[in-house]
Amino acid sequence: MALLQVKDLTLSFGGLMVIDKLSFDVEKGPIVSLIGPNGAGKTSVFNCLTGFYRAGSGEILFEDRSILRKKPHAITKRGMARTFQNLRLFKSLTVLDNVMSGMHCRTNSGAVRAVLRTRRQREEEKRIRRVAEECLDFVGILHLKDRIASKLPYGDQRRVEWARALASQPKMLLLDEPAAGLNFDEKERLIQLIKHIRDELGITIFLIEHDMGLVMRISEHIICIDYGRKIAEGDAEKVKNDPLVIEAYLGREEEDAI
Amino acid sequence: MDANPIATSPPENGKTKASARLPALLDLMGRRASRLIVYSLLFCAFMTIPAYANNYVLEVMSNVWFYVILALGLNIVVGYAGLLDLGYAAFFAVGAYTTGILTAKFGVNFWLTIPVAMFFSILAGVIIGGPTLRLRTDYLAIVTLGFGEITRIAARNLKISGGASGLIGIERPSFFGYELSQIVHYYYLFFFLSILAVFVSHRLQHSRLGRAWQYVREDEDAAEAMGIPTVGIKLYAYVIGAIFGGVAGCFFAAKMTAISPETFMFTQSVLILLAVVLGGMGKIPGVIVGAFALVLFPEVFRGIGSLRMLVFGVVLVIIIIYRPQGIWPDRRD
Repeated sequence: MALLQVKDLTLSFGGLMVIDKLSFDVEKGPIVSLIGPNGAGKTSVFNCLTGFYRAGSGEILFEDRSILRKKPHAITKRGMARTFQNLRLFKSLTVLDNVMSGMHCRTNSGAVRAVLRTRRQREEEKRIRRVAEECLDFVGILHLKDRIASKLPYGDQRRVEWARALASQPKMLLLDEPAAGLNFDEKERLIQLIKHIRDELGITIFLIEHDMGLVMRISEHIICIDYGRKIAEGDAEKVKNDPLVIEAYLGREEEDAI
Repeated sequence: MDANPIATSPPENGKTKASARLPALLDLMGRRASRLIVYSLLFCAFMTIPAYANNYVLEVMSNVWFYVILALGLNIVVGYAGLLDLGYAAFFAVGAYTTGILTAKFGVNFWLTIPVAMFFSILAGVIIGGPTLRLRTDYLAIVTLGFGEITRIAARNLKISGGASGLIGIERPSFFGYELSQIVHYYYLFFFLSILAVFVSHRLQHSRLGRAWQYVREDEDAAEAMGIPTVGIKLYAYVIGAIFGGVAGCFFAAKMTAISPETFMFTQSVLILLAVVLGGMGKIPGVIVGAFALVLFPEVFRGIGSLRMLVFGVVLVIIIIYRPQGIWPDRRD
C-alpha cells in the first residue's frame, strides 16, 4: 500500500479552481518530486496535505488513514513533516531551541511536571535535547546550536529548518523548494543530504522544486501538474519527454498567437 | 560525525574545545555565584524591612508584592505566549469574590477557598479563552477587554456578590491558630507568594511548555507545522495566568476584608499590563521591576499631588518610545 494516497483532491478559492480532481500516490521509499509551472498549484497541494488549507472534496490517506481536514499539528504527529518555501524559523530563538520544537509532539510533560521538575520530566528534557542535537549533527550544523537562528547565513538557516523537521521524527518529509536561494555548492550538498535522509533514516521525501536539473537528478518518481491537474507522472526520462509537460513549460504556439 | 559529508564547516576539533571549556566553566560558575549573592542580599533586605519600616511603608510594599504576583501571572499570557490580554482583572476578581463569598456568606475557612478559587479561575480561563484564543492578537485584545468588563458588571449586579457596595466581613485567615491581622503578616505573605510565583514562572519558562509558548509567540503557523497544538497551548498559558490572578485575588480579599466591583475596573487590567510591558515582557526580573516602578512611583511622588499621574504618563510614553522591549536589558547572545 502506498504511504500517501491522494484521490480526487479539489481546492478552490472563490470561483478559482486551484486543485482540480488531483489523484496520485506516493510509495514508501522513493524520492518523489512535484513539478509544474508557476501557479500550477504545487504549494497548494502541500498546504492541503499538511492541513494548512482545507480541501473542498476528495480524500487524502496517510498510512491508510484519512488526514483530510485534520489540523496541521495532528498531521505532523502522524508523521508528515514539512519545510516552508520562505524560511519560517523561530527567528529570535537559538538554533537548538528551534530544533527542539520538533520533539514537542513526541513528548508530553505539562505544567505540573515542569514546576515539580520530576524525574520523568528531567529525563524527557534530556531526550529532547539529545534528539535535537542528533538532528543538528545529521545536517551538519551541531557547532551552531547556540547561535540565534536569524543571524545565520541563509544556507545554514535552511539546515536548521531541515533539522527541525527531522526532529519531529517523520515518516515522510515534504520539502517546499529546498534549493531556492542556494548556490551551486549548497545545492550539491542538498542533493547528498536528501539522499542521506532517505537512505539512512528511511524517510520518504516528497519535494517541490523549480531547479529542473536537480529534480531530474534525484527524483525516482515525478508528478507534473498544471492548473491543478495532473498532466504527467513517471520517472525522469518519461516526464522530460512528455509532450504535455513540454507544452506546459514552453507554451503552445497557437496560445502565443492569441 | 566525521563521516558527515554535508557539514558546511568542520566541527571544532577536541583540542580547542577542551582548552576553551575550563574558562567558560569558571565564568559560568562565577556568574552563578554572583547571581546567588545578589539574590541572597535582596532576600535578606526584604526580610528585614518590617524591622525598621513603619506601617505606611509596609502597606506600600505589600502592594508591590501583590502586583508582582499579578504581573508575573499576566506575563505568562502576554510575555511568554504573546497574547494581548486587556481583561486580566477578571481573574483577580474571580479569586477575590470566591474567597469573599465563601468566607463572608458561608463561613468557609479561608485556606479551603483557595482550591475553589483556583477551580473557578481555570473555569473562567477556559470559558473566556476557549472561543477567543482562535482569534489573532488584535481581536483577542478587544474580546478580553469585553470579558473583563462583563465580569465586573456581573459582580456589580449579582446579589451573591453584594451588588455595587460589594462584600464586607471577609474572614482573616489564621495560620496555625495565629490570626493574620497585622500589615506585617500580609507583607510576608505576599512576599513569599511572590517568591513562589517567581519559582513557578521560572520553571515553566524553561520547560517544554515554556518553549511551546515561545514558538507560538514567534510564528504561530510554523509552530503548528512543527506539531504544536497552538490553540491548546495558548489556552494553557491563559489558564495558568488565570490561576496566578485567582490566587492573588484570594489573598487580596483576605487582606482588605472588603471588596467592591470598583476594584476590578478596566484601569486595573491596564495597570497590571503596564507593569509587564514597562519592565520587559517575558523577563522575570523585568516584570518585577515593572511592578515596583508601577506601585512606588505614585507613592514617591505624592508630594507633587495630582501632577504625579501626569508625570508618570509622560515617563511611560518615553519608555515605550525609546525602550519598547522594556527597562530590563535583553540577554546578549
